[in-house]
Amino acid sequence: MIAYALRRLAQAIPTLFVVVTLSFFLIRLAPGGPFDLERPLPPAAMENLARLYGLDRPLVVQYGRYLAGLVRGDLGPSFSFRDLSVADLLARGLPVSMTLGALALALALPLGLALGTLAAFRRGRLPDRLVGLGASLGLAVPTFVVAPLLQIVFGLALAWLPVGGWEGGDPRHLVMPVVTLALPQVAAIARLTRAAMGEVLGQPYIRTLRAVGLPPWRVALHALRGALLPVIATLGPVAAALLTGSVVVETIFGLPGIGRTFVDGALNRDYTLVMGTVVLVAVLVVAFNLIADLAAAIVDPRLRLGA
Amino acid sequence: MAALATLVGMALACLVGPFLTGHEPERIYPDLVRVPPGAAAHPRPEAVRPAIERLAFRMRMTVSDIAVSADTVRLTLASPRTIDERALTYLPRSDLFGPPAIVERSGDGRRLVVEAPVRRLRVWLGTDALGRDLLTRCLVAGRVSLLIGLVAALVSLAVGVTYGAVSGMLGGAVDAVMMRVVDVLYALPFVFFVIVLLVFFRAGLWLVLVAVAAVEWLDMARLVRTQTLSLKSRDFVRAARSLGLPTPAILVAHIVPNTAAPIVVAATLLVPRVILLESFLSFLGLGVQEPATSWGVLIAEGSRAIESAPWMLAGPAAFLVATLVALNVLGDGLADALDPRS
Repeated sequence: MIAYALRRLAQAIPTLFVVVTLSFFLIRLAPGGPFDLERPLPPAAMENLARLYGLDRPLVVQYGRYLAGLVRGDLGPSFSFRDLSVADLLARGLPVSMTLGALALALALPLGLALGTLAAFRRGRLPDRLVGLGASLGLAVPTFVVAPLLQIVFGLALAWLPVGGWEGGDPRHLVMPVVTLALPQVAAIARLTRAAMGEVLGQPYIRTLRAVGLPPWRVALHALRGALLPVIATLGPVAAALLTGSVVVETIFGLPGIGRTFVDGALNRDYTLVMGTVVLVAVLVVAFNLIADLAAAIVDPRLRLGA
Repeated sequence: MAALATLVGMALACLVGPFLTGHEPERIYPDLVRVPPGAAAHPRPEAVRPAIERLAFRMRMTVSDIAVSADTVRLTLASPRTIDERALTYLPRSDLFGPPAIVERSGDGRRLVVEAPVRRLRVWLGTDALGRDLLTRCLVAGRVSLLIGLVAALVSLAVGVTYGAVSGMLGGAVDAVMMRVVDVLYALPFVFFVIVLLVFFRAGLWLVLVAVAAVEWLDMARLVRTQTLSLKSRDFVRAARSLGLPTPAILVAHIVPNTAAPIVVAATLLVPRVILLESFLSFLGLGVQEPATSWGVLIAEGSRAIESAPWMLAGPAAFLVATLVALNVLGDGLADALDPRS
């Protein structure tokens, strides 16, 4: 098990290296710079700024410096927020995004599993059809439609919840963003569970359990263990989707997470901030994939030997 | 079947519909800003009088005796000076009235009785914040969204199938390296990359297409590779090989056609993902740019106006959701129909 974990960890490092390299050169090749203002600065000032941030060096040297900084955990200074480093900005945004993502996952996973199991047990009947319909809708209705709808219904018409803002993580401000973020994942997990459960329920050991006279909910628990594997395997992508989905949710609800930080940084051509966010998100995505793989290996010993 | 019918209907509507709604997508009706949806024609009878008064003010004349009948309006214009009839072009220019006819003219030319037909404009889904017909705009936007969905899906299909089939067929070290590349790309936070691309290189329709296609071919490549691996050792492929067929010919003639079923399913499910991704980017203001429009652009406009004009969100969202649900249902249906186990 430990050997397997180490092997997966070793595979993750080249991935991250590719991410850093690709994004570094992609960003630097783009036209326009962080100090291009509507009223251009005098050339001498531009030169000074470039020298201050090391932008006058050859690109390869800059790349080497960036890598060296990265290894030490230094993401560099932010170009658009002069007094803050990228690490400061990300440290401010990350807890917001992580809270949202974790809560959304905590909501989506049990709900999706329960609905999928229900649909599989009542295949072809009303609950199955309802779950199927709901899942199709949940996957098709984009978050940027759900969010304004929630805002207008619960924020403005009923005035139960605040329309937006963070307010230090006040639970009332979290409800709508978390629900918005969780809905498509509930749909995806429910569909997956239904399909996986459908296969498991056809297996002989389930028939045996039923013949022995076990109540349906205990049969469901047994079957769930078998059906859990494909669900766990998608948790990595699901976590990634929650992170990227938060770009829209954070924009609509005005939350200061890393999604917002990233979009602002991109619009300001804040090289280091964009790089820092991409690297951070890549690290998180790789980490989630790794955790999901390890979880899958715990549930299914065959994977440990095979891969 | 219903899903397929919805899709065909949607595609036809988007292609032909804009010619049938009676409005140009770019046409701005300044007098019909944020009109709610409805089947009744505009201007409403009660809106004629204020509109005439507004126009008379612009013409610098006083208006009296406004008589609104079924589809004409008769009014008397008066001015301290002799009336220049060219001022009457204000009436047809306002979109609400047709070309006016002078019924009666007083001797000194300072009073004019004019009759003008009242236009009958129908905006089924209402108008947007600039006074453009929302139905026409939704349909025109649908062309862009569907086109992006289709083209990007086809591109990623072509790339994914080629990559997967070659990787699976060649096997060994080549396969390992090629799949390692896919694994690495898989872990990239692609949405962030696409955003970087679009922001830094100025978004355009084609760039959006390329960006979306670049993200979505990975699943296809994996799928095709697994299929190829299992087909490779089947008898008919071995037979083809022993007959001396070169590898590319085997790929084209035997492998790819036999992976068609799962590919068709995956491609059908890919189109809604692509449309959704495009809308997501357009929503952030990074995708399709004005004056071109897509459902994502319209939804973004709608969500900004949600308090004053909720129909601006509802209209395009309904089009988008209907299309996506239809595509998903179609994909699931195809998967069930083509699944050899069932």
